[in-house]
Amino acid sequence: MPLKKILEVNGLSATFGDRRILTDISFKAYHEEVTVILGGSGSGKTTILKHLLGLYEIQEGYVTVLGKDINTIDEPEQKQLYLQMGVFYQNGGLLNSLTIGENVSLPLEQHTQLDADLIKKIVLMKLQLVHLEDVYDLYPSQLSGGMLKRAALARAMVMDPPILFCDEPGSGLDPISLASLDNLILNLREQLGISIIIITHDISSIMRIADRIIFLDEGKVIFHGLLKDALKSKNEMIHNFFEKGITRINPDYS
Amino acid sequence: MKKLKVNNIPEKIISNYEVQDNTIYLKRSLLLVDLDRWVPEVKDITKKISDPLIIINLDDLKKIDSAGVAALYHLKDHLIKTKKEVHIVGGRSSIRKKLDIFSFHEPKTSPKVKQISFLERIGGEVSNFFSDYIGAYFILAANVIFWTVTDIFKPQAHRKGEFYNQAVLIGVNAVYIVGSLSFIIGLVIALQSAAQLRNFGANIFIVDLTVISMMREMGPLITAILVAGRSGSAIAAEIATMKVTSELDALKTMALNPIRFVIVPKMHGSIVTMPFLTILADVSGIFGGMLIAYFYLDIGPEVFINRMGESLYNRDILIGIFKSLIFATLIVLTGSFFGLRVKEGAEGVGKVTTVAVVVAISIVIVADSIIGLVFY
Repeated sequence: MPLKKILEVNGLSATFGDRRILTDISFKAYHEEVTVILGGSGSGKTTILKHLLGLYEIQEGYVTVLGKDINTIDEPEQKQLYLQMGVFYQNGGLLNSLTIGENVSLPLEQHTQLDADLIKKIVLMKLQLVHLEDVYDLYPSQLSGGMLKRAALARAMVMDPPILFCDEPGSGLDPISLASLDNLILNLREQLGISIIIITHDISSIMRIADRIIFLDEGKVIFHGLLKDALKSKNEMIHNFFEKGITRINPDYS
Repeated sequence: MKKLKVNNIPEKIISNYEVQDNTIYLKRSLLLVDLDRWVPEVKDITKKISDPLIIINLDDLKKIDSAGVAALYHLKDHLIKTKKEVHIVGGRSSIRKKLDIFSFHEPKTSPKVKQISFLERIGGEVSNFFSDYIGAYFILAANVIFWTVTDIFKPQAHRKGEFYNQAVLIGVNAVYIVGSLSFIIGLVIALQSAAQLRNFGANIFIVDLTVISMMREMGPLITAILVAGRSGSAIAAEIATMKVTSELDALKTMALNPIRFVIVPKMHGSIVTMPFLTILADVSGIFGGMLIAYFYLDIGPEVFINRMGESLYNRDILIGIFKSLIFATLIVLTGSFFGLRVKEGAEGVGKVTTVAVVVAISIVIVADSIIGLVFY
C-alpha cells in the first residue's frame, strides 16, 4: 500500500535574534503512522512543533499539513485546518474554570450545531476511550496528573481529527502511567485511524510507539526514517541514544 | 484527502442517505462534518414514517467516525422515546467494528441527592457561614494574636530580617500614596466645608472641622483602606500561592509553624508601621486643610495652628492611633484568612485575593464605625 503523506517539512530554518535554532529541517510524516520527533533539550523539538502548528511564522522553507501550505494559507482555511488537527499540550491545556465534560465538549459546542444530548454522547464516548467517563463533572484541579493528560487527550480527539500532535505527553508522569498513556495513544490510532506526531525524549516511550523517528541535534536532522532502521544505525549519536540514553556527549568529558 | 475538506459538505449531504418505506439506507460516509445537517433532517424524515418499526441499513456506508456512531445511538434513543422500534442492520465488517469500539453506555450516575427544602437550605447556609467563616476567622485570629504577642519576646522564631522586610513592604512603600491621597482628602474636606462655614461667618471653625475629622476619622480610615488595597491583597496572594505550591506544607513538615513563620512577621510589620502612616496621613490632611483655610477663608497658618491647639485633645489623637492598630491587625488577619482558604490551584489565588480586599475594606469600615460609637 503506498503511504499517504500527511505532513511535509522542507528546508525549514529558524533564527531568533542571532541564534540559529533550526537549520534546513526536512522530513515527511505518513498516514496512520506514529512519527516521533526526538532530541535532547535545546535541540529545537518544540520550535519545530510550533512551526507545524502555525504558531510561529515560517522564515525559510515550507510546511504542508494535510496538503495545505501553512505559510500561505488564509484565515478561513486555517480555521478549517485547525479543526482537523488535535493538539495535546505538555501541561494539558485544559481550562480550569470548566469541568472535564465541558472542557472536552467545548470544540463541539463552538464549531457544530449539534444537540446537547448528542454532544454529551460523543464526549462520553471519547472519555470512555481514555477510561475517564466517571470524571465528567469534576474540575481539572480535582484530577491526578495522569488523569489530566488523558482528559487532555480526549479533548484533542473530540473532533475526530485525522492528525494528532502531542507535545511531550510523558512529562511529569511515572513510568506506569506513561506506559498506559502510550498504549492509549496506540489504541486511538488503531480505533480512529489517525496519524500521530509526537515530541518526546523518553526512550521507553519511543520504543513502544514509534513507527518513524526524526532525530534532532542542535537544530539539524541527523536521522529520519523507520525506527528499526534507526536501531541499526552506525551513527555514534543515535547508537549512544538507544544504547545508553545519552542525547549528546559533552566533548569536555570524552 | 477529499473527505477531509469541510467545504464540500453540500454534495455529500445530498446523497448520504435514502429512504424507502420504513428503511433508511445510509450511504458513503457519516462523519462529524455531516452531522449538523444529517441529524435534524433524518429526525424530520422519521416523523413522516408511520410504521412503528424503523430500519437503519448500513450496507452502503463506507466510512464512519466516532461522532457518526454517537449520532446513530442518539437517533436510536430519540426514536425509542417517540415509541418506535429501531433496528440497525447490515454494514461491512469495518463499520461493524467501529460500532463495537465506540459502543456507548451511560456512565454510572451517582444516586440523586435528596432535594433539600428552601428553609433547610437557608439554615444550612447560615450555619455554614458561622462555622466556616466567622468561627474559623476567630480561631485564626486567636492563634495569630497569641503568637504575635509571644513572638515579640522570641525574635528567633522567624527568620532574621523578615520583620524589617515586612515593615518596608507594608509601611514604608506606602508612604507616598498615603501622604498624597490624604493631602488631597484634607483639601477636599476643607474646601467643601469652607463654602458652608462662610455663610454663617464661622470661618474659624474650619480648623476644628478639618483637624478633628482628619485625626479621629479620615486619617486612620484612608490609611487603612489604602493599606488594605495594597498589602491586604498582597498578603492574600502570597499566602494563597504558598499554599497552592505546598510551601506551607513544607514549612509544617520542617517543624515550623506557618502562622509564626509567615503571618506573624506581617503582623509585626504592619502594627509597627500603621500608626506612623496614620500620623503622616493626619499631618498631610491637616496641611491640605490649612492651604484651603489660607486661600479661601483668609485664616493664616499661625491662627490655624493656635486654634488647632485649642480644639484638639490628646484623646482624639490617641483614638486615631488606637484605630490604626486595630485596622493593621484586621487587614493582616483578613488577608491571611482568605489566603489560607484557597482551594483550586492557581485560579483560586486570584479569587481569594479579590475577596480578601473587599472583605478587608468592609471589615475596616465596620470596625471604624464600632470604635466611633464606643468612643463617641
